[in-house]
Amino acid sequence: MNTRIGLIAANTFREAVRDRVLYNLIAFALLMSGAAVLVGQISIDIERLVVVNLGLTAVSLFGTVIAIFIGIGLVSKEIDKRTLYTVLSRPVRRWEFIVGKFFGLAGTLAVNTFFMAVGVFAALLYVAHHFQASDGWVLVALYFIVLEFLIITAIALLFSSFSSPLMAAVFAFSLFVIGSFSEDLRGFAAMAHGPGRWLALAAAYLVPNLSALNVISSVAHQQAVSGRLILYNTAYALTYSALALCGAVLIFERRNLK
Amino acid sequence: MSASQRVAAVAGSTLIACLLASIILLRQIDGMRSAATIQEVLYISSPKLLKRLSLGYNGLLADIYWTRAVQYFGGKHHEGARHYELLAPLLDITTQLDPHLSVAYEFGSNFLAPPPPNGAGQPERAIQLVEFGIRNNPNDWRLYYDLGFIYYMNLQEYSKAAAAFLQGSRVPNAHPFLKVLAAQMAEHAGEIQTARLMWLTTYQTARDPSIRANAVAHLRALQVDQDVTALEALVNLYREKSGRLPASFQAMEQAGFLRSLPVDPLGQTYALEANGQVVVRDPDDLPFIRKGVPQGYVPPARPKFLPND
Repeated sequence: MNTRIGLIAANTFREAVRDRVLYNLIAFALLMSGAAVLVGQISIDIERLVVVNLGLTAVSLFGTVIAIFIGIGLVSKEIDKRTLYTVLSRPVRRWEFIVGKFFGLAGTLAVNTFFMAVGVFAALLYVAHHFQASDGWVLVALYFIVLEFLIITAIALLFSSFSSPLMAAVFAFSLFVIGSFSEDLRGFAAMAHGPGRWLALAAAYLVPNLSALNVISSVAHQQAVSGRLILYNTAYALTYSALALCGAVLIFERRNLK
Repeated sequence: MSASQRVAAVAGSTLIACLLASIILLRQIDGMRSAATIQEVLYISSPKLLKRLSLGYNGLLADIYWTRAVQYFGGKHHEGARHYELLAPLLDITTQLDPHLSVAYEFGSNFLAPPPPNGAGQPERAIQLVEFGIRNNPNDWRLYYDLGFIYYMNLQEYSKAAAAFLQGSRVPNAHPFLKVLAAQMAEHAGEIQTARLMWLTTYQTARDPSIRANAVAHLRALQVDQDVTALEALVNLYREKSGRLPASFQAMEQAGFLRSLPVDPLGQTYALEANGQVVVRDPDDLPFIRKGVPQGYVPPARPKFLPND
């Protein structure tokens, strides 16, 4: 990786840690330990199911909130504090700044997810007393969640490059909700007729397909995830993130910062 | 070209390439996950729980489940499936989330009740669904029609069908055909004209395109059944008068038995077999026919009647 991008990414990571982003881990740890103890006491033969569902859903939601609320401020905060001018007055290109910010936040989220994953497995061990081979699919679900974070981070950065933090948050969150129902959106499009069908199809393919990245329910039921789906989801998440990042670079390159 | 322009050009072309690649990848992923979504949906199979989880947005959730039910049936039917285990639960969830979504009851009566491959072969579940609809929408005459339709078409219980039509005819603004149908049930149940009237009413009153397409396919089949009966009667008449079977329809036309070459509802001429049997030329395009089927014909796994066909 370009050294300048690496430096910006490292600074973004440090800044996130300084902003006490990782404090969410305390809330997560409390949630998971509380759930594990409670589920262990209820004991209705679905302890494992509840822990996996609750744990993975919490990982996804905590990370999404962080990705959106940190991502939307990545550019605007630097402009408000006027630190952006200092950075860009150095031999740093605008695109490098955007890409560096992306990797910085993605790294923060990956570290955050790692600790939360440790929490999920600890709770799982507490309620089930041992691991099973099918618990490996939980790792795949976590991997998909990280891929989801990449897309959301890139989208938040895209909106952050041209709008106010409030509007960027609204746009990014809306796209997250729509993306979570993207398979249904394509279902609606398939049922539409005439020009509406093409418009709906275009919209359905333009929004991020986050529903395919959500395999929480199936891994909670110990169902396998196909290798092809892992491969295609990886390719899709990287492609879509690159797409949003390119949009952010294009806008930021032309933005008047005076 | 300045450095900034170069960056813009590279970013722009990468953006377009990524957009195209993401669409291609998405289509691949959709192909892999078409069934997975529905399976996952039914991990929560309790409509009551779903209603609570929807936080009051149960209308929107019902629409989503309705779309999934249609997609599920359409997808499975397209593959030529003979089992539709999830259709009934999907429709149950849809209607319990929104008991006023009358098109879901209509869909259920048309595709839940008929035997596979054209339906799930669950007339009892279809009756439960429509009766639930009637309890929640007692003034919707279409639901009484749907109920009578299931009793008539799938269970051949004509008295129950007549009762449903009669009950529906008493609803304000009911379709006048309901009274006629109730009377027909009493006198002419099982006759081809009654069946035609039923499918015609379905075609005229249904809102879902796949239900209308299904009705058209059945109307065509009834026409073929009627045509073949009439044509075979003429072939017999020809044999009685000339002492042999006609070699072709042209021969019958020349002998004055026919005014023109007979054609099926899709415009294809009927074929006359050497044994005097009248058959359609392309039975794949005419599912549901009972007469005019060529000997040894094996119907395709996937019947043709949906709009996508």
